[in-house]
Amino acid sequence: MNFDLSEDQVALRDGIRSMLEGKLPMSRVREGFDRTVHDDLAAAGVFALRADGFGWADTAIVYEELGRALVPGPLVSSLGHDGITGTFDRVVGGSPLVEHLDVLDSLLVLGVDAIRSVDPSTLEGTAVDWPLDPLTPVWRVEHLPDGEQAGGATEVAALRTEGALLTAAYLVGMADVLTELAVAYAKEREQFNRPIGSFQAVKHLCADMAVRAEVARAAVYAAACVLDDTATGRIGRALSGAKLLANEAAILNGRSAMQVFGGMGFTWEVDVHLYLKRAWVLDTHFGSIDAHADALAAALPS
Amino acid sequence: MDLRYSDADEAFRSGLRAWLAAELPALAPQPSRDDWPARRRWDTDWQRRLFDGGYAGLSWPKEYGGLDAPPSQQLIFLEETTRARAPYVGVNFVGLLHAGPTIIAEGSDAQKAAYLPRILRGDEVWCQGFSEPGAGSDLASLRTRAVRDGDHYVVTGQKTWCSFGQVGDFGELLVRTDPDAPKHQGITWLMLPMDLPGIEVRPLRTVLGSSEFAELFLDEVRVPVECRVGAENDGWRVTNVTLSFERGTAFVSELVDAMRLVEDLAPLVRDRAHRRELGHVAAELDAVWALTKRNVTQAERGTPGRGAYMIKLAYSEARQRLGELSMRVLERDALVVGGAGGSERTSEFVEERLRTLALTIAAGTSQIQRNILGERVLGLPKEPAR
Repeated sequence: MNFDLSEDQVALRDGIRSMLEGKLPMSRVREGFDRTVHDDLAAAGVFALRADGFGWADTAIVYEELGRALVPGPLVSSLGHDGITGTFDRVVGGSPLVEHLDVLDSLLVLGVDAIRSVDPSTLEGTAVDWPLDPLTPVWRVEHLPDGEQAGGATEVAALRTEGALLTAAYLVGMADVLTELAVAYAKEREQFNRPIGSFQAVKHLCADMAVRAEVARAAVYAAACVLDDTATGRIGRALSGAKLLANEAAILNGRSAMQVFGGMGFTWEVDVHLYLKRAWVLDTHFGSIDAHADALAAALPS
Repeated sequence: MDLRYSDADEAFRSGLRAWLAAELPALAPQPSRDDWPARRRWDTDWQRRLFDGGYAGLSWPKEYGGLDAPPSQQLIFLEETTRARAPYVGVNFVGLLHAGPTIIAEGSDAQKAAYLPRILRGDEVWCQGFSEPGAGSDLASLRTRAVRDGDHYVVTGQKTWCSFGQVGDFGELLVRTDPDAPKHQGITWLMLPMDLPGIEVRPLRTVLGSSEFAELFLDEVRVPVECRVGAENDGWRVTNVTLSFERGTAFVSELVDAMRLVEDLAPLVRDRAHRRELGHVAAELDAVWALTKRNVTQAERGTPGRGAYMIKLAYSEARQRLGELSMRVLERDALVVGGAGGSERTSEFVEERLRTLALTIAAGTSQIQRNILGERVLGLPKEPAR
């Protein structure tokens, strides 16, 4: 049992991290999806990791870094595709909204037991003026054409599993950065003549953030390892636990970070809201917190 | 990165399973909670069986009779024995997991030779005398006095939350030897023979109605100087050898047991909201188990991660959540803890609910854990002293 990053995995993580830090400062992230960045990621092999023989654990480590950098765009569904590929999940309730429609090369529509591929250029949608997440623009699409069959029950189940894993990895990266932002601010911001991080009320918020991120990371790595070697666990249970905990960690850490930043946390200028909003968006991707808790419970004895 | 145990680990697991299968049917039924002589016999008998079977002192060095097993096998041992419902360490807890490791790390050769084999064989039972009525979270403010008088320390004071005080042969005792030094620098670690004159043990009644804890009243107890472990006034550092253990893998059995309780509770959970909550708790416990494995790998590589500071905090909070859920699921069945009129099917959950209330308090409250994490791991400034 070697349940920690190998030397190769540390190198993989450090490589993608330094590339993103160089190319994608927060000022550029704030400008939204950037095709050049997407092309750079593609050129670096991010979307071809599986085809190039990397395991799910390796892939999860890379997506965790994408989450740390809050890279905008349909990254999870673009894995294994040449072009920019989005997904629309028919199983999730609410309005028919398609994310990033203007940049998509293809759109996969996920049903209960099939995947259909739709040509995004044939879609008629209305761009939403004020999306929740400024970096996830959405289009209201009243009518989704049937498109072409792109997979059956097996393929849709696999895509949901892999999508949940990589979304969870991305969310863990976000939860981690939120902890770092809050801790750094708590050390520097002074009130009552001392750093606010010296107050237990603030310190404990930060400690809980760190725990949530670390517990979720362990769950995500475990799920990735089980997907790589299915004899080492129950994939459905591991996966649901990972997505549930990672999403919860990102949302709760977003809220805690906002609390630590106080009034500043409520401003557009501070990055915290961008993470929190993305965490809410991602709760609608590949199974929500509630859906995964239900799925996990359904697999327990009854 | 993988979760696959090595062939050597799997061989250890199957050997252990076979041993447990042969050994457990011969075990006498577990004695009642209040029958201390019987509990002592039952727990030390099990420890003797482990010793004879070659499974005692997994984490102890070979030179002191231990197995020096890799952390992965310690994990397997705790996992397999808990799943097989083998006895837990019970009254051997302080000796095997606290006092023993402290003597290994800090004791003299004579102390090691005298005490360690008897702990491993289950011959002698240890209890803990750390906390005091006025020294809980702020343990270093303890006031039990030890005054040197020739070849003895004369010890006077009061200890509380003395684990297994009712059956201890020896106590690990923290005393103040220099009242004028800063609080961390005037403490000494003593082995207290529990049969010395001047010691009174009073059972401490907890919310369970009974308890593994006692209060200890010490009235001019003459403790030989050779019972000191480490240097005089260096006891705080000596203590931290054991306290840091409590924050590491001490909760593995608890955790595996909680994961079993999830499976046992599940068939009783019908309400949709309750089932969702159960799924949530199962995810949390699974993740703490994964974090434990990560921690073990990091420990084996000699690079302990931050997880070691988090496992107890995360586990105890998840466990409270499971306990609270079990009470809601049981509805009126939760009104009975056990005994006549109780239900075997449900009473375990109620007793466990009461027992686990202590998890967020014992061995460093969750609030103290968050302070430690915030200051030592995240580097946040300490709260200024008043």
